[in-house]
Amino acid sequence: MMTEPMIAGLWTDTVSFFGVHAVAVVLLKIAVVLFALLGLVSYTVLAERRISAFIQDRLGPNRVGWFGLLQPVADSFKFLLKENVMPAHVNRIYYVLAPCIALAPALLTFIVIPFGNTLAGEPMVIANLNVGVLWMFSIASLGVYGIVLGGWASNSKYPFLGGIRSSAQMISYEISMGLSLIPVFMHVGSLNLTEIVNAQSHRWLFLHPNLFLAFLIFMISSFAETNRLPFDLPESEQELVGGYHTEYGSMKFALFFLAEYANMITASALMVTLFFGGWQVPFALPESLSHPVTWLAPFVFQPVGFVYILSFFLKMLLFLGVFIWIRWTLPRFRYDQLMNLGWKVFLPMALANVFVMGIWMALSV
Amino acid sequence: MTIKIERPVLKWHENLYFPAIWGGIKVTSRHFWKTVGNWISGKKYGMITSTGRVTMEYPEEKWAVPNEYRGAPTLVKDPDGRIKCVACQLCEFVCPPRAITITPEPIPGQLPNATVEKWPKEFEIDMLRCIYCGLCEEVCPEEAIFLLKDYSFVGESREELVHNKERLLELGGMRQDKIYKWKNK
Ligand code: SF4
Ligand code: SF4
Repeated sequence: MMTEPMIAGLWTDTVSFFGVHAVAVVLLKIAVVLFALLGLVSYTVLAERRISAFIQDRLGPNRVGWFGLLQPVADSFKFLLKENVMPAHVNRIYYVLAPCIALAPALLTFIVIPFGNTLAGEPMVIANLNVGVLWMFSIASLGVYGIVLGGWASNSKYPFLGGIRSSAQMISYEISMGLSLIPVFMHVGSLNLTEIVNAQSHRWLFLHPNLFLAFLIFMISSFAETNRLPFDLPESEQELVGGYHTEYGSMKFALFFLAEYANMITASALMVTLFFGGWQVPFALPESLSHPVTWLAPFVFQPVGFVYILSFFLKMLLFLGVFIWIRWTLPRFRYDQLMNLGWKVFLPMALANVFVMGIWMALSV
Repeated sequence: MTIKIERPVLKWHENLYFPAIWGGIKVTSRHFWKTVGNWISGKKYGMITSTGRVTMEYPEEKWAVPNEYRGAPTLVKDPDGRIKCVACQLCEFVCPPRAITITPEPIPGQLPNATVEKWPKEFEIDMLRCIYCGLCEEVCPEEAIFLLKDYSFVGESREELVHNKERLLELGGMRQDKIYKWKNK
């Protein structure tokens, strides 16, 4: 990584000289990340369908394209071409607004995630915020409003129950979710996700016993945050007929669906970033990868940048796999069980964890 | 009398959920890998269990329906090639959803089976209405209408799914006849 700062300096100088470039670069990053994210969302849906099928001894969608690989394309066309039915009894404005409110935070939260080190001197994160994690939490919890609003606007009993459950669920996991991360910040001393990743260059955080507990609490809360089984109470199709999105169809339903999967991806990315070294690679890479190359004339970059992005991506896929696998393994928790778990188990556990971490740090100084 | 069901008292490690989660993951992994193994090794279908296959790839593979299966109603001919239906219209009247429409006509004189008074000039069964009840087959005095095993009809319009006389005869084909009731009349 010896020449990296040099290139970075050079490139940044150039960029700030032409202020337009900076905007163009950011727009380019946004476009790439957005499309990658949406593409990943649709393929996560396919993966979920295939994996669930295999787990249940079935085959899953295998018709469109090779082994069903074009199924997401077919699905998206189907969703776009479907008739857009709006039930007569809904509250129209909120009914249309709810899916957008559900999807937007899911996509917004990804902007603070560093998905690579640097490429051509450009940090691989859209917004390197100092309050990265706080931003993440504040925006991510807005997603719940989409669900609550959807349940309210549908003006029908099951979606309404789904909405109520969603808000009750939120207050029971979000406190412990936030508290579970405090040991991480105590350890790293920063809320900036890029710095958290940099702090893990020698040892990934989950190897630390306190932080492993923090990881467990955070992961379980993420399942609740993303409305995934075993905590998909707002949806619970068996008892609430789909819950908050019962009255939704065509593309509006698809937006809720996309939001769920985008949330899953963001949660996986966050877990990778916070506890599993982000884009770091656990072994030494060959030196030759760090030599700058100039395939595309004005852009000088090091191939190692791509390796980091790939490393991040693979770790994220692993967590997506965990999300999917858990869904098809565990039955749904009951409403009160989740609240008990959140308030009586995870909250004290997270608080104790903060305390122990403090003692640990005081002793190790 | 109330029956009180004792809830099992869980040990501390069972209360942690982790043993149960681990047990569940073992079960799902077993099924997953077995299905993937079957799929890759060319067996192609879901895991083959003791109760048989879980997935049947429908258009390529079809169910072998039992002999007494009630599929599409069709008209049959006897081995002499004579249309057995005498246009008595009993099936038309018995048909619960009124799927059958018959237009009878006297059999033109020069045909060998003209001893029969009538035959259907047109015989239509609307497959969109038919409920495959089999009453037409049961009521027919001439054993002229039979429900065969065909169950899958696809059409692009409603008209296509109204089977006319030609189509019904083509589907029904020939059927052995023991009696030849009209032969020497
Ligand atoms: S099977 Fe039943 S419904 Fe169908 S044509 Fe015969 S009598 Fe009518
Ligand atoms: S099919 Fe049988 S019942 Fe129907 S009109 Fe012909 S002879 Fe009569």
